[in-house]
Amino acid sequence: MPLYSEKVMDHFRNPRNVGVIENADGIGEIGNAKCGDIMRVYLKIDNDIITDAKFETFGCGSAIASSSMATEMIKGKPISEALELTNKAVSEALDGLPDYKMHCSVLAEQAIKGAIEDYYKKEKQNE
Amino acid sequence: MFVSQEYKEVWILKIYADNAATTAMSKTAVEAMMPYINDCYYNPSSLYSCGQAARDAIEAARETIARCIGASEREIVFTSGGSEADNQAIISAANIGKKNGKMHIISDNIEHHAVLHTLKKLEKEGFAVTYIPVKENGIISTNDIENAFRSDTCLVTVMYANNEIGTLQPIKEIGDICKRHGVIFHTDAVQAVGRMPIDVKAQNINMLSASAHKFHGPKGVGFLYAQKGIKLSSIIEGGAQERGFRAGTENVAGIVSMAAALEEEISLMDTNAKKLIKLRDRLIAGLSEIPHCALNGDKQNRLPSNVNFCFEGIEGESLLLLLDDKGIMASSGSACTSGSLDPSHVLLAIGRPHDVAHGSLRLSIGEDTTEEQVDYIIKSVKETVEHLRRFSPVWRDLSAGKAEFIL
Repeated sequence: MPLYSEKVMDHFRNPRNVGVIENADGIGEIGNAKCGDIMRVYLKIDNDIITDAKFETFGCGSAIASSSMATEMIKGKPISEALELTNKAVSEALDGLPDYKMHCSVLAEQAIKGAIEDYYKKEKQNE
Repeated sequence: MFVSQEYKEVWILKIYADNAATTAMSKTAVEAMMPYINDCYYNPSSLYSCGQAARDAIEAARETIARCIGASEREIVFTSGGSEADNQAIISAANIGKKNGKMHIISDNIEHHAVLHTLKKLEKEGFAVTYIPVKENGIISTNDIENAFRSDTCLVTVMYANNEIGTLQPIKEIGDICKRHGVIFHTDAVQAVGRMPIDVKAQNINMLSASAHKFHGPKGVGFLYAQKGIKLSSIIEGGAQERGFRAGTENVAGIVSMAAALEEEISLMDTNAKKLIKLRDRLIAGLSEIPHCALNGDKQNRLPSNVNFCFEGIEGESLLLLLDDKGIMASSGSACTSGSLDPSHVLLAIGRPHDVAHGSLRLSIGEDTTEEQVDYIIKSVKETVEHLRRFSPVWRDLSAGKAEFIL
């Protein structure tokens, strides 16, 4: 059996939403290069709706696939829904991750939550 | 080059560049083992003539192997591979030391886990181990070894060639020092046997471990050379095989095949080395063109087959997966490929920071590797590193000047 599901490999080989959003409304970053995984998520938010999401990831195949899938799952969704995104949902959407790679889906969840937090912080500053 | 039918519709050209992990069995090795699988399957401990034929085959193999490394046949014990040989060598030397009240061992920080984990076990049992840090090029300083000796040192164990970065240690010099101190010198030569000329007497090696599948022999078989006079401790108890030093019915076909493989490898060694060094250096030169990379290990003093690089801003596992898509089989010292959180202890030992060690790539070429394949590897690695850097936040920060390049 291959290490990763076809879905993981698909999102790894052809990652969706790769890149940067200039003047993003929220940016979340999680992990550090020391551990071998860094995810940075950029969000464009309009009227509490995530109109665009992009990511950059330094990491293994499952980290890249998790970022790709997670950003897909929140695009076009209200913030409230994005906040409910769990790592389990990301992993399930990828048809599962090996046990020792589950932390990659956790990073994706945290990066998104971090970006939303950043958005709220910026909003507050603007008030 | 062989073609795999891994995907039914698409035939993918596969390039094997992971010969440090294992090698393809040679035709000679396969043919040598067949009679002992098909016909002469008898137990070498059996009294009847067919059993004795199997016994004779083992003894002939022992003679061949002894000759290949300048030992005598009574000094060769067959094992299940390199790890077992390492375990047995170190435990035996430790037991001898303990008996004489000597419980200090000298080693280094880039050994294979078969050595390191055995040493850790001995530390728990009360042994003291000095791990000499290697220099930045991965080579150990003989002065450091000289200075590490204590009155209770019972063993020095230093690998011949490193499995990750390919660096060759000054084995003869270390052997000479150990001889002067009257201390047993063991070398894990798993990566060197069949590739580097070895003469245990001339190099003052007292114990040496080897594994057949690293020199085109079969997996699951290896040998331990232990100089006459060194009492081995058996780590597998049972019957009286291998003069009581290693129980268990002998892997006859494997042993015969290992000897055939080694004999052939040694006869081809010079030709192979010349060819490999040329390809290795071509590969190193090509990959060096990638910005912000570094060759790991010494440029000259390395196995003819080994190339190991760190690329800043990317992670090794994703590099390996994409290279696999391009038909290239390689390995990495990144944490993700080791199943632990830390990257390779060897890369950390030569001073690569964690961030950079995660982005390592080991390519170990073989005798079948062609210049065309090397060029394809260079092109593919360049493309893949560039692709991964394009969406790496680490690379973005480095290029934007927000973080400083390490390499």
